[in-house]
Amino acid sequence: MKELSLNILDIAKNSVKAGATLVRISLNTDERGILKLLISDNGCGMSEEILRGVTDPFYTTRTTRKVGMGLPLLKMAAEQTGGTLSITSSVKEGESGTILEASFDTNSIDCMPLGDIASTVCVLIAGSPEIDFEFTDESPKGCVELKTAEIRAVLGEGISLAEPEVQQWIEEYIAEQYKNLNSI
Amino acid sequence: MKSLAELAAIREKMQSKVVIREGMGTIRVVVGMATCGIAAGARPVLKAFTEGVNAQGLADKVSVTQTGCIGICQYEPVVEIFEEGKEKVTYVKLDEAKAKEIVEKHLKGGQVVTEYTIGAAN
Repeated sequence: MKELSLNILDIAKNSVKAGATLVRISLNTDERGILKLLISDNGCGMSEEILRGVTDPFYTTRTTRKVGMGLPLLKMAAEQTGGTLSITSSVKEGESGTILEASFDTNSIDCMPLGDIASTVCVLIAGSPEIDFEFTDESPKGCVELKTAEIRAVLGEGISLAEPEVQQWIEEYIAEQYKNLNSI
Repeated sequence: MKSLAELAAIREKMQSKVVIREGMGTIRVVVGMATCGIAAGARPVLKAFTEGVNAQGLADKVSVTQTGCIGICQYEPVVEIFEEGKEKVTYVKLDEAKAKEIVEKHLKGGQVVTEYTIGAAN
């Protein structure tokens, strides 16, 4: 993986697979350059036994191969900057879900660039237009935000968020917020 | 500045089209988007297909979707094209430029781009 946004795309798909109806992705960079990534969902969660194994590359839910590199790669990306990755999960009925927290020191030479995060958000929404995503990216410069529930409220039920016109709007909406932040 | 109000305009425009589009998608483009695909560059490939299909006005008959690991990770980015009454076509080791070519030649022109298929890669 060459961009953190690619790791985020990969890992957020686990939340989708867990049957979540809401997936939150938040990035927060403080003035020291420490980036905190939080991905949380209300999916089915994982038992303690599974949770222990998820960062092991030889554990996977896929059926076509015996290796699963998604979480190990993200863990590596965090740790090579001096950061950490941790996951907590609950399988309790009514409050099940998973929270992934990772931190990165963006001053580190080994910290990958965030990359095309607008594209990641679009691909996630296009892949699962029926579920809700909330994306925020906060830094001392300001905040970039996108909530699919707000988009859905305007569009109404009949129009899928995967429609090319809607996708284009989402991508431009995010890109424009970043552009405005960077021009301050 | 982009605003949510613009979505209302998209809604008005779309509502007339929704009825026509149902059941018309006869070609299905499936992009492998597991860890292997993403790491190999599937995200820009998917984007090239989505944008290409839209730009060529093929959205009524072609749908672009994502799937997990197809099982041939060494050939990623992998894209499968399913068309009613025809054999599945598997394209391998794609990039943005190849994807655009496939939209133009295969999806629009009906000609399989043989040199990018798994048969040619073997």
